[in-house]
Amino acid sequence: MTSQSLQTAGETRIRFAGPAKSQPRRPRVRFDRETTTKVLFVVPAGLFMVLYFGYPVVKNLTMSFQDFTTKTFFTGEAPWIGVQNYVTVISSNLFGPAMLNTALFTIGSILGQFVIGMALAVFFNKKFPLSGFLRAMLLLPWLLPLIVASATWRSILDQDSGILNQFLGTFGIPAVPWLTSPSVALIAVIIVNIWIGIPFNVTLLYGGLQDIPAELYEAGALDGATGWKSFWHITWPNMRPVVSVVLVLGVVYTIKVLDIILGLTNGGPANATQTIAVRSYQESFVNFQFGVGAAFSNILILISLVFAIIYLRANRRAVDE
Amino acid sequence: MNIRTKKHMYKVLALAAVAPFVLSACGGGNASNSGGDASKLTLLDYYNNEPDNTIMKGAIDKCAAEVGVSISREAVPGKDLIQKVLQKSSSKTLPDVLMLDNPDLQQIAATGGLAPLSDFGVDTSGFAKGMLEAGSYQGKVYGLAPTANTLGLFYNKKLLAAAGLKPPTTWAELKTTAKALTKGSQYGVAFSAIATYEGAWQFLPFMWTNGGDETNLDSPQNREALQLWKDLVDSGSASKGVINWSQGDVKDQFMAGKTAMMINGPWQIPALDADKSLEWGSVQVPINKPGQTPVAPLGGEVWTVPQTGNKAKQAKAAEFISCFTKDSTQLSLSEARYTVPTKPALAKEFVAKMPTMESFTEQVANARSRTGKLGDGWPKAATTIYTAIQLALTGKASVGDAFKQAANG
Repeated sequence: MTSQSLQTAGETRIRFAGPAKSQPRRPRVRFDRETTTKVLFVVPAGLFMVLYFGYPVVKNLTMSFQDFTTKTFFTGEAPWIGVQNYVTVISSNLFGPAMLNTALFTIGSILGQFVIGMALAVFFNKKFPLSGFLRAMLLLPWLLPLIVASATWRSILDQDSGILNQFLGTFGIPAVPWLTSPSVALIAVIIVNIWIGIPFNVTLLYGGLQDIPAELYEAGALDGATGWKSFWHITWPNMRPVVSVVLVLGVVYTIKVLDIILGLTNGGPANATQTIAVRSYQESFVNFQFGVGAAFSNILILISLVFAIIYLRANRRAVDE
Repeated sequence: MNIRTKKHMYKVLALAAVAPFVLSACGGGNASNSGGDASKLTLLDYYNNEPDNTIMKGAIDKCAAEVGVSISREAVPGKDLIQKVLQKSSSKTLPDVLMLDNPDLQQIAATGGLAPLSDFGVDTSGFAKGMLEAGSYQGKVYGLAPTANTLGLFYNKKLLAAAGLKPPTTWAELKTTAKALTKGSQYGVAFSAIATYEGAWQFLPFMWTNGGDETNLDSPQNREALQLWKDLVDSGSASKGVINWSQGDVKDQFMAGKTAMMINGPWQIPALDADKSLEWGSVQVPINKPGQTPVAPLGGEVWTVPQTGNKAKQAKAAEFISCFTKDSTQLSLSEARYTVPTKPALAKEFVAKMPTMESFTEQVANARSRTGKLGDGWPKAATTIYTAIQLALTGKASVGDAFKQAANG
């Protein structure tokens, strides 16, 4: 099939090469100089990972099983209470809505960012005057500190005097209660997150598009694949590894988004934009129930882990193909 | 494994075993606070913005000279103070003098991290009852405040005069005045109903003036207060944006002429005065029924002596606090920062010097602390209050159900 042969022709796959030098019949771990040097190079990085990645994760896990409050900071005592924090979390009234909002927020943001990012990447694939400059400008939302972005958007989305409603007003559209109506607030927050996420998607997808050799398009054009067909049969299959990276990174990042929601709505109005990340923050740093906050964040870590595993599985299947 | 690789392996393992000790020697060595002479104190507060930063520095240095100590001061942003305090307590590096926002004091005192001021013979007489309550935990005074602030009703003199209206004194007057002043893009009144403790703080004057209480949130008096806010927003006299406005946003709306009246506190006065074309006045918060007294919440920061284990430094810190809360310091700080002295005896003298602060000074005399009745249970009540406000103002719950529903979340 055309697409298959194009795929194998275009891809460079890293195969698991066997060792260059000959090996003894029984493989043995040898503590010779070479292996030791290799190990010693890894040890500092390994220590760093254990300290700065392993320790917080383990501490967070243990904290979620303890009654960790402000008192703990002074006395150092955090009584073990088992799964009590998780019970509190799951039975709280806001848990269901927060999970739903997290899912809606993530799916909505990723869809929006990805589709617009892909469209822009394909658009910029053809060189035209000022395309380099415009691509650099596209990075701006990503470069702005999130607090600045959320403060700016807060004033843009103001119901009475925000410029978005003024702009819509010129078309006769009545003022939309972006941040003050529970039904619209989540959409408003998703829109802002899409705006912030587009540069990341555009950059990575553009890089992926550049990697596709032009000969494929020429060969496809000979067979009659142009426009939408060339996108579907040439571009899309070749972008699969980049797309999976973008999607997984996007999901893992978006699930944790906190600053934008806090800056725009503080989880309101009437808890309409509460997500698990916001709940975790508020429980830990507003209510000072660090055990409950840790429980919320562990649930988030679990969900991220599931996506990471899906990604690794999908990648492995792709290698095996 | 032959003998050579075995020796090699032992060498590597030995090196690896030594590494952690080397690292810990690099890391440790953080000298603790105990020991060191008592004339050097550390201080932590949250006045990192101007003009407060310079004003407080001046007052701190003055008292430090009087007591005969040198103070090394750290000022952090308001939101970060508690986290800083928790960090410092777990690393046992608490400052010698610690400033806390008064509703947080009971929570911190409950952990055992603060020393009662009576241990050092600090005189706590003459302070306003509400402020002493806020600074006490289980009957002992842990913190004293030199100044307090509260909430009042600001109004735009020009806009009210143009409509021939007087500033409202009752809820009914508030509703009619606000309605009369709502035209075009200008609203009659603005307040902060945001989903944070600020929203709960702004609601308290109405709740308490009407006789409601934080110990029983689902009461008819509280519902009446909530109904007032709902009526103001539903009738269009207050913008729907109030549920997302902080007190700073409300002040901005007032200064931009988008609202004729606002509920806010005297700390906004320097900003209001900076606009020479803005003529503002202030009155106490309106009452609901005749015979009620306007009651507003007490804001302001208390100064405490943490348990650092160094008795000599703690004694000096207590002396510093005595100096910092004495009459002359109270007056000078209040005049500079547009806050109110916490000793009622100073009220007359203060109002004579600062006539624009008259309504706020009267209000502070009747002000109540947030933690007076609930102690460290106040944050939960505050969360219920602002959740109920959000539910009612967005229409997700009726005023009758709002507090019940909020208490369940």
